[in-house]
Amino acid sequence: MHGVSCPGLLRGSFVSRMAMNKDLMTNFPLSARRGRALAPGAFALALGVFLWYALIWLGGVQPFILPAPHQVWGRFLRALADGSLAGHSWVTLQEVLAGLALGAAAAMLFGYALAKSTVLEKFLAPYVVASQAVPTVAIAPLLVIWFGPGLASKVLVCALIVFFPILINTVVGVRSVPEDLRDLMRSLHASRAQTFRLLELPAALPVLLGGFRIGATLAVIGAVVGEFVGADRGLGYLLSVARGQYDVALVFVAVFTLIAMALSLYGLVALAERATLGWQRQAEQSRMTFNPTEKN
Amino acid sequence: MTGKALLEVIRLSTTFRNGNGGLHVLDGLDFSVAEYQFVALLGPSGSGKSTLLRTLAGLLPPSRGRVVFKGQRVDGPPRGVGYVFQNANLMPWRTVEENITLPLELAGAANGAAAAKSREMVELVGLQGFEEALPRDLSGGMAQRVAIARALAHDPDLLLMDEPFGALDAITRERMGLELLRIWEARRKTVLMVTHDIAEALMLADRALVFSERPARVSMELTVDLPRPRLDELRYTPEFAALSRRLRDAIR
Ligand SMILES: Nc1ncnc2c1ncn2[C@@H]1O[C@H](COP(=O)(O)OP(=O)(O)OP(=O)(O)O)[C@@H](O)[C@H]1O
Ligand SMILES: [Mg+2]
Repeated sequence: MHGVSCPGLLRGSFVSRMAMNKDLMTNFPLSARRGRALAPGAFALALGVFLWYALIWLGGVQPFILPAPHQVWGRFLRALADGSLAGHSWVTLQEVLAGLALGAAAAMLFGYALAKSTVLEKFLAPYVVASQAVPTVAIAPLLVIWFGPGLASKVLVCALIVFFPILINTVVGVRSVPEDLRDLMRSLHASRAQTFRLLELPAALPVLLGGFRIGATLAVIGAVVGEFVGADRGLGYLLSVARGQYDVALVFVAVFTLIAMALSLYGLVALAERATLGWQRQAEQSRMTFNPTEKN
Repeated sequence: MTGKALLEVIRLSTTFRNGNGGLHVLDGLDFSVAEYQFVALLGPSGSGKSTLLRTLAGLLPPSRGRVVFKGQRVDGPPRGVGYVFQNANLMPWRTVEENITLPLELAGAANGAAAAKSREMVELVGLQGFEEALPRDLSGGMAQRVAIARALAHDPDLLLMDEPFGALDAITRERMGLELLRIWEARRKTVLMVTHDIAEALMLADRALVFSERPARVSMELTVDLPRPRLDELRYTPEFAALSRRLRDAIR
């Protein structure tokens, strides 16, 4: 069996950590889409709001420390009305999507090459792992210095931060293609392109999309980090400006918008999984989609 | 019974590299398979049966010797060979029909032709109504039938089968054997089938080869001159018992 093994570093730490991540994150947003699951979700939300109010009234917390939900809501409506929220969100969304696209494309190309060549893997694995040990937050300032405070530096931060999980998942996915199916394709004279399209891609897709789920939320973090370091637009910028002005309600608005963005992206990936991975085992599928009644 | 040789194995040896001097698996095999013959291959576990099949299919280059298929030396998978793997080896994301037509799709066949072939194959292996099913919804026997249909889809001259019924219970196994026989008779294929089951070998094959322990040589060759069609009653005849004893002794 050629090169089934990843070097220990590539395997033990990251993959298992990500597998755990994936499990933790698996059910949540999708279950919220189901009517049945909606009721407890709504209840939890209402409870949260209630506790929030309770904290303010009983604890006597000042609004400039913790504004009440209705104050945040009001601030949200104002930011929406003057167009600033939409503008900043759009900037951040662009950074996230471009960064995700760039990082994922690079990671998949690189990961595929790494998975196919043991020599290349042995040679590059130390660099790949070392690159992951560099905290992205720490090099974000460098990127801003080199590429300016505009879109480019944020896109690069996002790309860097999503690169590693998608790379690892690409390698693991491609390596997980059963050797017997490879032999089958070989015995049927499949071309390289056919093997990729008809075997490697579908076989690696579950693991690959798992990487995208993690990447999608990481990309949002990357954009915010980039904007913190140096920007004049974006939700991260809005957040730091609001903090500077003690506009805590606006800080909350920015944070909630970021959460919504990350969850939507995550949900999109989950939708893609639903659309393409119907063939997976029933048990796995129902766990993933929280929808045991619907076959296929 | 002896037609022209479709497949020749000439002084074939295979050694796998490992830490200590290499694992000698196939040791100078010499035999040939005539056209339309059904050959069963028996032997102890780990003796190299799968290794031989992979070599014949051009998936594994031999260390020494050669394989000649249709008069041409095999180096790389030759055309005209269907391979049934030790497990069904289906693509779980493709439906039954899509799995069966994979060889046609790879060969660039038109959709219409592939659909027609698929209908024919589905009928041949008795899977009508399951065309759109996914492998996860099939029983072991059904999956194996899909694998056989897939191996037959591009109409190969030689069918290499690696314990195609290994994972099945005895009853299903017998039924599948009879179906295979029916297909073999209808299609006139040459078959080389690995099996652990002596009765199965006798019910199906014209000829049985027995491998020795590793490194494998052909320790016995047996012509199974039982009349066809072979019906179930055959199992209880003295001829069958005698052949079966000879095979068992050879394997031991
Ligand atoms: N690619 C390989 N590299 C190294 N050794 C191998 C390889 N493939 C098979 N072997 C070894 O060769 C020997 C023969 O294996 P093979 O699979 O051909 O046996 P088999 O007769 O098919 O056994 P079984 O009846 O259990 O299927 C085994 O000891 C196996 O470990
Ligand atoms: Mg075997």
